[in-house]
Amino acid sequence: MTPSHDIVLVGGGGAGLRAAIAIAETNPRLDIAVVSKVYPMRSHTVSAEGGAAGVALPEDTLDEHAYDTISGGDWLTDQDAVEAFVREAPQELLRLEHWGCPWSREPDGRVAVRPFGGMKKMRTWFAADKTGFHMLHTLFQTSLKYTGVRRYDEWFVTTLLVDDGRVQGVVAIELMSGRIATITARAVILCTGGCGRVFPFTTNAAIKNGDGMALAYRAGAPLKDMEFVQYHPTGLPFTGILITEAARAEGGFLINKDGYRYLQDYNLGKPEPTPVLRSMELGPRDRLSQAFMKELEQGRTIDTPYGPVVHLDLRHLGRKKIETKIPFVRELCLKYQNVDPVTDLVPVRPVVHYMMGGVHTDINGATPLSGLYAAGEVACVSINGANRLGSNSLPELLVFGARAGLAAAEYASTCKEPGAAVLAQGKDEEGRLQAGLRRTNGNGERVATIRDEMQKTMEESAGIYRTGESLRRGVEALQALQARACRLAVDDASLTFNTERVTALELSFMLDVASAIVNAALRREESRGAHQRTDFPKRDDQRFLSHSLMYRQSDGSCRVEYLPVTITRWPPGERVYGK
Amino acid sequence: MGKSADRITLQVARYRPEQDVAPSFQEYEVPCPKDWVVLDGLNYVKDRLDGTLSYRWSCRMGICGSCGMTVNGEPKLTCATFLTDYAPGPVRVEPLRNFPIVRDLIVEIGDFMRKLVTVKPWIVRTAEKPLSEGAYRQTPQELEEYKQFSMCINCMLCYAACPIYGLDPHFIGPAAIALAQRYNLDNRDEGNAERLQILSQHEGIWGCTFVGECTKVCPKHVDPAGAIQRYKLDASVEWLKSFFMPRGA
Repeated sequence: MTPSHDIVLVGGGGAGLRAAIAIAETNPRLDIAVVSKVYPMRSHTVSAEGGAAGVALPEDTLDEHAYDTISGGDWLTDQDAVEAFVREAPQELLRLEHWGCPWSREPDGRVAVRPFGGMKKMRTWFAADKTGFHMLHTLFQTSLKYTGVRRYDEWFVTTLLVDDGRVQGVVAIELMSGRIATITARAVILCTGGCGRVFPFTTNAAIKNGDGMALAYRAGAPLKDMEFVQYHPTGLPFTGILITEAARAEGGFLINKDGYRYLQDYNLGKPEPTPVLRSMELGPRDRLSQAFMKELEQGRTIDTPYGPVVHLDLRHLGRKKIETKIPFVRELCLKYQNVDPVTDLVPVRPVVHYMMGGVHTDINGATPLSGLYAAGEVACVSINGANRLGSNSLPELLVFGARAGLAAAEYASTCKEPGAAVLAQGKDEEGRLQAGLRRTNGNGERVATIRDEMQKTMEESAGIYRTGESLRRGVEALQALQARACRLAVDDASLTFNTERVTALELSFMLDVASAIVNAALRREESRGAHQRTDFPKRDDQRFLSHSLMYRQSDGSCRVEYLPVTITRWPPGERVYGK
Repeated sequence: MGKSADRITLQVARYRPEQDVAPSFQEYEVPCPKDWVVLDGLNYVKDRLDGTLSYRWSCRMGICGSCGMTVNGEPKLTCATFLTDYAPGPVRVEPLRNFPIVRDLIVEIGDFMRKLVTVKPWIVRTAEKPLSEGAYRQTPQELEEYKQFSMCINCMLCYAACPIYGLDPHFIGPAAIALAQRYNLDNRDEGNAERLQILSQHEGIWGCTFVGECTKVCPKHVDPAGAIQRYKLDASVEWLKSFFMPRGA
């Protein structure tokens, strides 16, 4: 029997759960399924630390939040989307408050806000430094109220079913049993998050393989602005564990091997003893990660067995502030780095953190492919442009999760039933997967061998600084890896929780996503935000004030188109920090 | 061949239901630099030695709750348990106890997922406050009342350690009770009475004999044992009241 639902959500993290609740509330008659490769509370939203931005104080305005976001994104943001985002973010954060999210509070009981990088006013709501964890568990626990939400926990989606120009379902593997099922739907919403694992050194969890991006790309939807990859300036060496920007918002300093606050040399303002908004350590992530690379070139970083680092100095904050405002930072430093930020310097280096690009959607989460929606990191609306500001991604998944849910609900209430053609397609995919499972191949290469090479290729070709030459080498290397990946060795033929098979499917998704990143980066001959080309060091608004759209060709290659950026009230200008 | 000090032996429980009648152990030798956790050792096995080993993991920073296993007899998050702490080895890695084993190091936690829903882990209100009225006031002291119980990552270590759950699978268990308490103690919530009814039934809190193992193994310093004792007290008071007072509508 083929399971069928009105709306299938792929992914059960923040965006997916917010979308599910939005649908259940707007139309309780709709039958909703959340299909996730992990239990929802394991989703990567759980790892977000610092906070969620939404205008809260009387001295702040929506326009200022919009301007910070637009300039932070180096004018590649769509301003209509940003205006909707800043307007709805405070409402969404308030809704979470009503659902029980344990936001940190002022002594009088009001919700507290903290400063954050690139933001001119304090507007970042936080739950100590486990904001994502608390938001995810609040959403998950609240979602349990809605009996119309059917969960497929630990089901891995392998393909989208498209017929007559419409997405009408998915094929998925139930990991526990190995059962392969076609699940039809009137609409599908992708909420699978990012793809940090295409790089070797990332804050992203093991499950962040760009699944949803690849699913959409293969189904014919374009990927937008994939060349924009965010390096967060402060990851712990070896593990890549994130040390939140909140550590700097609370007053932490970044210093080089001479103990010097080097950001003052990079047009980010003057060093002051206490944090200054939009200045120094509270500059935007792209500029801070680039400054690290310049310090490295000058020989002013510190060498460690896990690469060069600079130091994050939190000692002057004192134990009390560290324990109340950033307790998780201390816990992570103690547990994984064996340093105590109360008394020691914390070694940090830039680490791949977030994908600005993603599946191209409009302001309602709709992709150009009928019946397909996307929200959260998997999507590119775009409110993040060429560089996302810290604490904008958590409200983004709420605002656009809800919007995608509502739009999909409306579409699903009026569109036709899924047709018979997709059932036949589903059968084909089931056959392909079963054949793959029967074919164990002891002579091929291991998943990890090709994955390691892909990750190395990405770092060398599409890191913080790129050149046409490095990117061309990357394109070629990835083509060769694609060919080798067709002859993978998979030893495990079991139907029961076959994680080797899953990693092979994830690798194939990642190779498609990696190829889109490198090809988009090669074609953008300018430097903007997180995309820095040393052979084209300047921003070029004449040629590139536009989004790249990558389409997958039937032979696996990419075709690129460009779409002008939507400008409403803020004409492109210079990004000014520290003044 | 002599084993160098920078390597350690993992004894890993293997169970593949299609081919094994019972779990058995397989040994793997892995590097053990000082920064490696047990999970790094397992990943080394999976990536380089034996692709068929199955286990769950994701965030590698002790927050997603996926990688709980039994390490040398104790329930642990394997991403937060260093190999060198077990030198010179061997390190025995088994699935979490008290759960059905699906395969290798993977257990079935559906029982917890079903029990969690029954305690209504969401804000219960007789009348919902409209968004237009703004946020609830909650002072830092009021937040502190329930905060520790909100830190539960559902990693299941407490169920694996709980002797009561091991004997009586009907016992609702430490994490679910702690999460019920998380909402009961939240000043925005009015669901205390509903939850008390569910929890004071026979499978509920009466099963717990205050062994306290749950609190000892919690990697996030939640105190489920404390939650259970407090609940017992509330429930006894309610039970006594039921003799002397007429039932409300």
